[in-house]
Formats: sequence, C-alpha cells, structure tokens
Amino acid sequence: MQSRRDWIAAAAILLPSIVLLGIFVYGFIGHSIRMSTTDWGQEAAMLLKPQINYIGMDNYRALFQGFLNIRFRQDLTNMFFFIILFVGLSLLAGLLLATLIEQLVWGEVFFRTVFLYPMSLSLVVTGTIWRWMLQPRGGINVLPTLLGLPAGQFLWLSSRAQILVFDWSNIVHYGALTLLVGLAVLCLGHWRRGEERKLYLKLPIFTGLFAVTVSGCFTDLKLLDYPEQHGFNVALWGIVAASVWQMSGYTMALYLAGLRTIPDELREAAKVDGASRMQIYRYVDLPLLKPITASAVVILGHIALKIFDLIFAMAGPDHYPTSVPAITMFLKTFRGNELAVGSSIGVMLLILVSLLIIPYLISSFRQGKG
Amino acid sequence: MTSLKFRRITDVLALILALSLAIVYLVPIYMTVITSLKAPEEISFMTAWQLPSEINWQGYAAALQKFAPSLKNSFMLAISATLISAVMGSLNGFVLSKYPIPGVNVMMPLIVFGMFIPYQSILVPLFQFMQKTGLYGGLPGLILVHVVYGLPITTLLFRSFYQEIPDELLGAASIDGADFFGIFRYLILPLSGPPFLVVSIWQFTQIWNEFLFAVTLARPNAQPITVALANLAGGQAVSWNLPMAGSILAALPTVVIYVLLGRYFVRGLLAGALKG
Repeated sequence: MQSRRDWIAAAAILLPSIVLLGIFVYGFIGHSIRMSTTDWGQEAAMLLKPQINYIGMDNYRALFQGFLNIRFRQDLTNMFFFIILFVGLSLLAGLLLATLIEQLVWGEVFFRTVFLYPMSLSLVVTGTIWRWMLQPRGGINVLPTLLGLPAGQFLWLSSRAQILVFDWSNIVHYGALTLLVGLAVLCLGHWRRGEERKLYLKLPIFTGLFAVTVSGCFTDLKLLDYPEQHGFNVALWGIVAASVWQMSGYTMALYLAGLRTIPDELREAAKVDGASRMQIYRYVDLPLLKPITASAVVILGHIALKIFDLIFAMAGPDHYPTSVPAITMFLKTFRGNELAVGSSIGVMLLILVSLLIIPYLISSFRQGKG
Repeated sequence: MTSLKFRRITDVLALILALSLAIVYLVPIYMTVITSLKAPEEISFMTAWQLPSEINWQGYAAALQKFAPSLKNSFMLAISATLISAVMGSLNGFVLSKYPIPGVNVMMPLIVFGMFIPYQSILVPLFQFMQKTGLYGGLPGLILVHVVYGLPITTLLFRSFYQEIPDELLGAASIDGADFFGIFRYLILPLSGPPFLVVSIWQFTQIWNEFLFAVTLARPNAQPITVALANLAGGQAVSWNLPMAGSILAALPTVVIYVLLGRYFVRGLLAGALKG
C-alpha cells in the first residue's frame, strides 16, 4: 500500500534516532569498555600530553583485589544486601497494599493515590525529607516520646555497626553457596510443578557445583592474601526504608493491574467448589500474579543496581557506610579524575543490569509478537 | 449493588488497616510541611512532630530566592526535552508500527535496551563528548542528553499505541492519495492525544526528577533544581526549614501533575514495565 517515496520518508524519519541511539548507547558503551582497559587518569592524566596505556583487566582486578579498593568491595556488599531488602520488601508491601485495596468497600481511589504519590517525587526530594525523618536524635526516633516512651536510639544512617560479617578472601566460596541456594529453590519449584525437562537441565549443574563446593576447592581459592571483613552495614536500613516508601506504590499498581485482569469467572468457579475467601486468594489469585512478580523483580532489581540519587541526597557521597558502586563511580570519575576506573565500575554495573534485563527484553518481545 | 455497606467485620478491619497505612505513607509529607512552616528558632529535634506555633513563611521566601534560577532551568529543561522527545517518539513509533522495515524485530529490543542501561556505563564517554562539542555545562547539552535517552521509552509507548490503529485505515488514506506526511498529519496525529499525554507526563516527571546527568553535566548556572536541593541539603549549617521548603518547591510540579492526571501517570508507569 505504501509507495517507494513513503518508504524513503519513513526511513529518513527514523534514521536520526537510530544514529543518535547507536552513538549514545552502543558507541559510548564500546568506548567505556575500551577505556576500562587503560590506565587513563592514573599517572597518565598528570602529564601534559597524556599517554594512555592498555593494561588489560588490571582495573577490574584492582577493584576486586587491590588493597586500596576496600571501599568498592564494601560497596558491592552493600548493594547485594540493598537489592535483596529493597526488592523483597517492596514486593511484599506492594502485594499487601494491592490486596488490601481490593478488599475495600470505600475510598479505593483515595488510598491508591496516597500509596502511589511517593513515586512522583524526585529521589533527591525523598532523600532530603528522609534525612530529616531519620536524624538520630529527632524524627522517627523521638516518635515514642509522644506516647511517653523512651526515645529510640537507632543510628539510622550514621551507624557503623556491621552484621553478617564475612571474609572477602573467601568470596568465591560464598558466591557458590548463594548460587547453590538459588539453584536448589529453582529445582525444587520445577520438581513440585513436575517440569521434568527443566529439572533435568538444572539438576546436573546443581550437583556439579555442590560437589566442587563440598570438595573445598573454593575455600582454597583465596582472593586476597589476608582476611578482609565485610558485612551488612546497619546504616543501610535508613536507605531501605526510604526507597521502599517511594517504590512500594509502584509494585502496588502492578499487582492491582494484575488482580484486575483475573476473570471473575475463575473466582466464582472456585467459590462454587466451596473455596473460602482465603483459599481463593491463595490458590487462584497468587499463582496468577507470578508473571507480575517476575517483571517487578526485574524492574526493581535494575533500579536497585543503579541507585545513586537517593543515597547522594540522604547520606552524601562521602558517607562510607551507605556507599554503593554507583556512588564510588561518581567519586572516582568526577572527583578523583580516575576515568578508567570509573569506566570499569560503569561497565560492571552494565553487566549486572544486562543479566536481568536482556532475558526480560527477549521474553517480552517474543510474547509481544505472538 | 449496596457497595457502601459493610458486609462483614473484615471490611471494617481492612478499612482501619488501610487508614493506618495511609497515615504512615503521609507522615513524611506532614513532617516536611510543618518543618517548612516553622521559624528557624522553633525547629528542634524534640519538638519535630509538633505543629508550628505560628506559620512562618521565611523558609519559602528564602527557598524561592535561592532556587528561582534552578527552578527556571528545570522548567526549561523538562519542557523542551519532553516536547522534542515526544515528537520524535511519535514519528518513530509511527514508522516502526506501520512500515515493517526489515530487521524491526531486532531493532525494537535494541532501542528499548537503551532505557534500562545504567548511565554510569556511558557517562565517561558522554562527558568527553560534551566537552569536545562545547555542549558541556549548559542547558542545550542537557536537553540533548535527555532527548536521546528518552527516545527508547517514547518510541516504545507510541509504537504500542499506534499498533492498535488498524492498517486498513492507512490503506484507505493512501488510496485517497495521502503520502507519508499526509497520513501522519491528518490520520495519526488527531488520534495521538492520549499517548501524547501519557508520554509527556512520563518524560516530564523523569526529566524533572533526574539527578545523575544534572550533577555531572551542568555548570552551576545551568543547574536543575535536584542538584541545587542536593547541594543545599549537603551543607550542615542550614536550618531545616529551608531544605524542607525547597523539597516542597521541587516536588510541587510533579505532584500536581500526578494528582490531576494520575490515571495517565499510572499508564506510563505500567507501560514502563513493558507488557507488565
């Protein structure tokens, strides 16, 4: 139906965007990867005519093993715990809010608006507000005194306490253990649902990894020559609280949209079969919300990996206990002028985000076609 | 039928629980508003929860004066980048939904990937690029950056909307002699009101609230409000009524949009999660 001239017009319209995205996304990613394998910004930047040398993977190695980069390793640890807490609690809160709103006989629009409005705020605003709320001798901590109780003593953002402490030199071993737990959960799920093919695919991986882990190969593989303690910084609770407050409305909106798509006939049918309200929720609603949970995990997970504004505004970029790789990337690049190291951290974040997003994109667009 | 009748005790319990949770969600705003309206002498940790003894607008006066330039920057940045990226997204969406260009199935995921990447992974080359082209530090450069990285979401949203328009309509129009631009101008554009609203709200909110590009690519005189606010809150000597009033000013435009046009806001939100 379209003439050749129309096709040319269409292509000409599309071309600028394709070129821009090609350069700004893929070209720049390529450049970052290349830069991350140089020593640019270390000694080289000091010279008038900087000579950039290729040093392979040394920047990455230094971040994981170098004596000076202890902060980056704590950043990774912080990020790990932050992702788990933020994603987990946002999902729980969102599901609770959505379920609750579905039960309401009055005020649905009002409550939906109230639970979702934090989403429209800038993370910098959220950070500023919560910084005030979490002052050690004010805010939430003096709330109990209004009821005549002693004031709270928790040092929300400034605590230096650490729990779940582990030795970084054994990180490979701990990584393997985490992977094993994840695989075990997946295998168990496949087994329960009778998905034999998927189970037979994953079971050998699990067994192999289990055997290697038990044999102690990973504990012999020391990343550092000396023990280096890292753990969950208690100060992160403040960041988690603010971010869950901001994002739980989003998961609520996703779950509400999901609950609305469940046909009433399904629930009616369950009712006819004698199911109670709780049983309908448990055996009809929750299983049908699983795809929503999957997308929410991907979206929230990639937000958690990129978190920067909130921590910057709440605790400042120089506050070690609540730092994450994105913050250190900013400091290294724009304060320390270590552009190559900054690029390496950026590339690592990209790899982590891609692990989440690429499978998600592939499955979304495959579904979209069908 | 009788929807306003409490059928069981659980309905009452659900409402009580919802009300308590609503209070929890509103507490930060309560704290912000009362603190912003207090005189600096009245602000202390122990009385943080009490209402101001009298309303004092000093915080707002100071915040307005301090933030006026960055608020103006934010408005100029957010409005122009929103408009440009929406128009480009609409044209792209039209092409990608109605002209099955070879390789479009590969192109879409590649375009959309651009909205998920952590911008830290392109920040160093972007920074260099901006410096080499002389765009570093000013509003035009920031607008360009927000337009480019806004293209994936605007293209995606318009494309999925235009896919719903039946191809037969376009066929009929082209038989009547309309060419590419004619079809876009007289057929597609008049149907594009709702997606324009969804896309514009989404983009405006995103750009207004953005911080990483703003803090790394803008000189002080081009600073958006988020950077100005973060810098202020970073200082220790400031009395708390000022950052709280500043937070309200910074939040107001997006919150007003959300309250007035929440429906469209949520639609953009859900579309951001692709097929959700």
